[in-house]
Amino acid sequence: MCVDCGCSDQAKATMTNIKIGSVVDLATGLATLAQGDHRHGPNDHHEHGHEHGHHHHDHGHSHDAHDHGHQHDHPHGDHNHGNIVSLQQSILAKNDSLAERNRAWLAGREVLMFNLVSSPGSGKTSLLERTIRDLGSEIGITVIEGDQATLNDGARIAAAGAPSIQVNTGTGCHLEADMIDQALRELKPRPGTVVFVENVGNLVCPSLFDLGERAKVAILSVTEGEDKPLKYPHMFKAAELVIVNKIDLLPHLDLDIDELVASARAVNPNVVIIQLSAKTGEGLAEWYDWLRQHLAEAQE
Amino acid sequence: MHELGITRNIVSIVADHANGRAVKRVALDIGKLAGLDARSISFCFDIVAQGTVLEKAVLELNEIDGLGKCRSCEIEFAMPALIMSCACGSRDVERLAGEELKIREFEYSDEASQVLTNQAAC
Repeated sequence: MCVDCGCSDQAKATMTNIKIGSVVDLATGLATLAQGDHRHGPNDHHEHGHEHGHHHHDHGHSHDAHDHGHQHDHPHGDHNHGNIVSLQQSILAKNDSLAERNRAWLAGREVLMFNLVSSPGSGKTSLLERTIRDLGSEIGITVIEGDQATLNDGARIAAAGAPSIQVNTGTGCHLEADMIDQALRELKPRPGTVVFVENVGNLVCPSLFDLGERAKVAILSVTEGEDKPLKYPHMFKAAELVIVNKIDLLPHLDLDIDELVASARAVNPNVVIIQLSAKTGEGLAEWYDWLRQHLAEAQE
Repeated sequence: MHELGITRNIVSIVADHANGRAVKRVALDIGKLAGLDARSISFCFDIVAQGTVLEKAVLELNEIDGLGKCRSCEIEFAMPALIMSCACGSRDVERLAGEELKIREFEYSDEASQVLTNQAAC
């Protein structure tokens, strides 16, 4: 449940370990039976009967609103003038401090985490499948998938050969740091590996919510038009890398690719832009080099 | 887009710090470039605060103008929009102000909140 957004009060946000089949209610941290989503594809990794009794999360991290990471102000503290308490506190402080904790946790383990953001349908999952298949023997990769519903993407990742956790937000429109915290503890990524977070398809909300990632990677498909970055400036400004996907479709489109690149640069002058096709493989070498470079830096 | 959730967070944070005292006023700094609609927050606040120690609180919204500094020529200039170039032509602009999302302060009254008193009596 996201206190920051409040959008999933009624819906249950859950986390599914695709390989084992265990499901955890993110609000309580307790194992639960998956409700509703029992459509398993050919890559079904769930055992019927949902045996997951051994995956309780007893980490001692609190889910209530009191864990601000700073002291509560009392009326006789040094912040006060009469009955006025100066807080100077960021409203997203709770998420941000959890994100910093994630960041420190990852740094301590020399694990690199990227937050993949885009509109729905830009090809994030396909790109990850391809990356896992091509690089999986060289670099350890694990994935945290975020969708409102279904285990489909998590299952695709597992089929490609990487451990994955599927977070279902219910009605939530973005992933938050506490979800990532729980997913990371379940994934237990090893040193020198990469965690990809595939955020909920949404170019608006994820920009507000730090997850503790090393960088945001914004993925754009050539079918989305030249001015997408201008329409969603907050997100494209926050990204360190913009991947332009599906370039194999360019002969069928009227898209001016130079104008697209210019739009991205107008919003974020220093952004790295890589054009590729997850389907044909064109341009992937540059993406892989970018990853390798960051991985090398993370281990220094 | 998240004004309701953000408002819930505001009420939750202030309530935590208020320690049962009735809150008279909450002062927020909301940057004009933060991506949130200040009026929606105002609207949500009255609803969300009901039944909490903030239910009688007045919400004070301080909207902060965007301020940018050009990384090329070092000039600072007002930024009414998130994406703007400097007069010198450079788009490499650092945003100094305008993205705040902060609870600056709150003011409480000396009495314990009636809400909690009522709850305790149940």
